[in-house]
Amino acid sequence: MLKSFGKFGRAGLFAISALVVATAAQAGDISGAGATFPYPVYAKWADAYKKETGIGLNYQSIGSGGGIKQIKAKTVDFGASDKPLKPAELDAAGLTQFPMVMGAIVPVVNLPGVKPGEMKLTGKVLAEIYLGNITKWNDPQITALNKGVKLPDSAIAVVHRSDGSGTTFNFAYYLNAVDSGWSKVGVDASIEWPVGLGGKGNEGVSALVGQTQGSIGYVEYAYALQNKLTYSDMINKDGKTVSPSLESIQAAAANADWASVPGYGVILADQPGAKSWPMTAATFILVYKVQDKPENAKEVLNFFGWAYDKGGKMAEDLIYVPMPKNVVSMVKKSWSEIKDSSGKPVL
Amino acid sequence: MLETATVDRNESMQSRRNRFGMRFGDPIFRSVTLAFTVLVLLILGGVIVVLFDGAWPALRIFGPAFVWTSGWNPVTEHFGALVPLVGTIVTSVIAMVIGVPFSFGLAFFLTEICPHRLRQPIAIAIELLAAVPSIIYGIWGLFVLAPLFQHYVEPFLISTLGSVPLLGAFFQGPPIGIGMLLAGLILGLMVLPFITAVMREVFLSVPPVLRESAYGLGATRWEVAWRVVLPYCRTGVVGGVMLGLGRALGETMAVTFVIGNAHRLSMSLLAPGTTISAALANEFTEADGDIYTASLVGLGLVLFILTFFVLAIGKRLLLRSTKGTLA
Repeated sequence: MLKSFGKFGRAGLFAISALVVATAAQAGDISGAGATFPYPVYAKWADAYKKETGIGLNYQSIGSGGGIKQIKAKTVDFGASDKPLKPAELDAAGLTQFPMVMGAIVPVVNLPGVKPGEMKLTGKVLAEIYLGNITKWNDPQITALNKGVKLPDSAIAVVHRSDGSGTTFNFAYYLNAVDSGWSKVGVDASIEWPVGLGGKGNEGVSALVGQTQGSIGYVEYAYALQNKLTYSDMINKDGKTVSPSLESIQAAAANADWASVPGYGVILADQPGAKSWPMTAATFILVYKVQDKPENAKEVLNFFGWAYDKGGKMAEDLIYVPMPKNVVSMVKKSWSEIKDSSGKPVL
Repeated sequence: MLETATVDRNESMQSRRNRFGMRFGDPIFRSVTLAFTVLVLLILGGVIVVLFDGAWPALRIFGPAFVWTSGWNPVTEHFGALVPLVGTIVTSVIAMVIGVPFSFGLAFFLTEICPHRLRQPIAIAIELLAAVPSIIYGIWGLFVLAPLFQHYVEPFLISTLGSVPLLGAFFQGPPIGIGMLLAGLILGLMVLPFITAVMREVFLSVPPVLRESAYGLGATRWEVAWRVVLPYCRTGVVGGVMLGLGRALGETMAVTFVIGNAHRLSMSLLAPGTTISAALANEFTEADGDIYTASLVGLGLVLFILTFFVLAIGKRLLLRSTKGTLA
């Protein structure tokens, strides 16, 4: 009895959320939801695509966890996540995933007098800050890396994501790779943070860091640029100091073997190479293999195909790195597996 | 003679009824109103059932201990409602500590001291505070109050109250601005118009003769407020406070902006925390995994029960006080 009630209730909840999405999207538009990490570049692509084709994109920048949830509930045409799903999870849900674009997660600080790129941190120090073991800006471990930078004798206000986030997943993945102490916290889209305050979305973290003196946070690089936040350089696996840039993201991506993991689920954190930015991440699109609405799926694939072909320059303007040519052709070939219910490819 | 008149009247009533279809109108009207009432009750019941059923996977695993366990770890899927529950109660209590004396002063000023000409405009201005959307309070809190708190208010509190024994424990840690205290302050401002409105109503219900005799006996304004007005409408005031408390417990957006959204228990009011509604707003759309989602629904259930009882008590007290004034 209660069980059937629950199904009704859940169905009702989904129906309501579907309704919300449906009313937000206009006829003929593509709807998607998920990661906030690539939202700036998706928004830019959508704008240009609308001008060219008249088809708009309604993208809800709600976080990777939300994107996975919404595509599983079939309330959107595609989901977006920075946390690649495991092959088993993809198969169970009947989803397929492909990488869309790569970007950098950067540490941002709010310290009066410190300019972007003036500070540098190692992954280990960053992890210790987020574990709550380093609590002051003038801690010897930080000052040793930053000779000549005036660091205050004040507490570090640690800012993290309060929502389920692929950015968090990639960030935690990196911290776990460089600091053995991180294993007690774990790696996931949402984790139990030992210290700090939470902001919702990359936007929320940017706002909190911008507002709170003495704070440190992690955001996608485009958010640091748009909000004029002070980013910090990183010392990478090869012990070299690198700044977030197209070049350093490309360097990190250069070694990646995309074909090695089903669903292209490659994680680009802590890659070797003198120029590699250590917190590089790819972001993924999730669509159903068997489509109930083949027309919508066709529009989605057309849009992303267009973005692969023509979106590179726009992505680079926002310091995102387009996928390499060979990956694009692999992905496009795999799109033939996306079919309608009668087994005919949608494209 | 008499008979014909009755028949006439009956006939005319009959014809009028027929003309307006009153014969069917009344039962239809009655059943429509009944249907509305039943519908609302069904919705209320449905909410409870859905919440309980949605929370069941978590409640089955954690048991009643869900309510008093701390820890909110999506990686190991271990959840407890204690931290958001404490955060909800603490911020609401701060809101009451700030909001109630303020509202009392305002209501007393408006009913006793303020020149008659100004009463209505000031009362309307205060009520307009209730019309400000909560997200505006949140933005204002984050962009205006939080820096002020970080640079001035919190360092001052830490250096003064922080060194007082016992009380000092509430004012420890680095000044961040964002935290439970700021959230409580914003909540206090938000409930102010509601409590003031109720208090004003109940103060006005005090018979003038009581007040006048007190003044006639030489009582000061403070004595009239404290010894005559307040005891007379004590239950009404408490009821108003409870209504404000009910609102503070469930407020979401403004709190989410300024509380820091951290699942950690801290003695210090300056530390970031979270409330049930803030946790739901932050995490519900993102939660993947059945236990995680169920635990969030469980939080909703805890809040529902908490708010239900607070409002029920408030309504009861209000009801009793209005009965008192009528009798």
